[in-house]
Amino acid sequence: MQVLHRPAMFRYFLPAILFSVLAGFLVVGLYKDPTAVSSPLVGKPVPQFSLPRLWDNEAMFSEREFPGEVSLLNVWATWCLACRQEHPVLSELSRQAVTIYGLNYKDDVSEARQYLTEHGDPYAASAVDKSGRVGIEWGVYGVPETFVIDKTGVIRHKHIGVLTQEDVEETLLPLIRKLQDEAA
Amino acid sequence: MQRSGCIIAGLLFCVTAMARPVAVAPEHEDRYHSLLDELRCLVCQNQTIAESNADLAKDLRAEVRKMLHDGAADSEIIEFMVNRYGDFVLYRPPVRPRTLLLWFGPFVFLIIAFLVLARVLKKQQKVGNAPLTEDEQAKVDSILDRTEE
Repeated sequence: MQVLHRPAMFRYFLPAILFSVLAGFLVVGLYKDPTAVSSPLVGKPVPQFSLPRLWDNEAMFSEREFPGEVSLLNVWATWCLACRQEHPVLSELSRQAVTIYGLNYKDDVSEARQYLTEHGDPYAASAVDKSGRVGIEWGVYGVPETFVIDKTGVIRHKHIGVLTQEDVEETLLPLIRKLQDEAA
Repeated sequence: MQRSGCIIAGLLFCVTAMARPVAVAPEHEDRYHSLLDELRCLVCQNQTIAESNADLAKDLRAEVRKMLHDGAADSEIIEFMVNRYGDFVLYRPPVRPRTLLLWFGPFVFLIIAFLVLARVLKKQQKVGNAPLTEDEQAKVDSILDRTEE
């Protein structure tokens, strides 16, 4: 049996090395969520809009609500089951840490009111986007979505999908605390 | 018979009218369809907003129609979508520093493959043409003898 010298060894192991590199990329790809598309809005001021409020449709809710304190905007609807799943997490978060605004997306107003009356209303104020047109301004493509907005009214983070207690503790709360310490 | 045909036509008209709040002007028809084919529906990611039945795709189609109606250029409509949904909304990713590998990687690999091929061919040619040395001839003979036994 001939001993492999250097170039020959390289030739035998090169395919194995290339395969490992490729497999590495594929494995990383397996654990990425293809539905979570990063938003170009992160780092930009909240888009301009004006919508009727859920509890008082005479009054309007606009982007001017945001500057001044760190807040969240949660996009939700009663027809969205995942939103119901994250509702208790939002309620808890609104009690302990931060102002949450609601964007009621393509929903029935009376059903939304009834839902919040029954299950508790975590939102400091809610805007009604019946047509979904303002949702487009915010780049919404699937409810629930949650935006973190800093004191200057700039979007700093977007969470897509159900907000779990784990997400809150590991991502949202540290970010909110950091933003609250920033100068306004 | 004719009357029921009329009613059905009327109903069909109603349904189409409801589904399309702003109709596409005939002169915009071609631009409308080519734009829809360029834009990805983010809900069902492997469909364009022309193919998708998702609510969002319907809304975005309506938005494209409205912008065409208002006289927006194709580039403005594309920019509108990219500003809200990111480059991912485009089926043809733009050439940017972070997409260079995506665009030119295959050509780089092709060039590497050609270089390797050229080297292998050159080596084979060299081996093929050279006459055997005495030592090599002896080795070949001994191997052939062994196989004949």
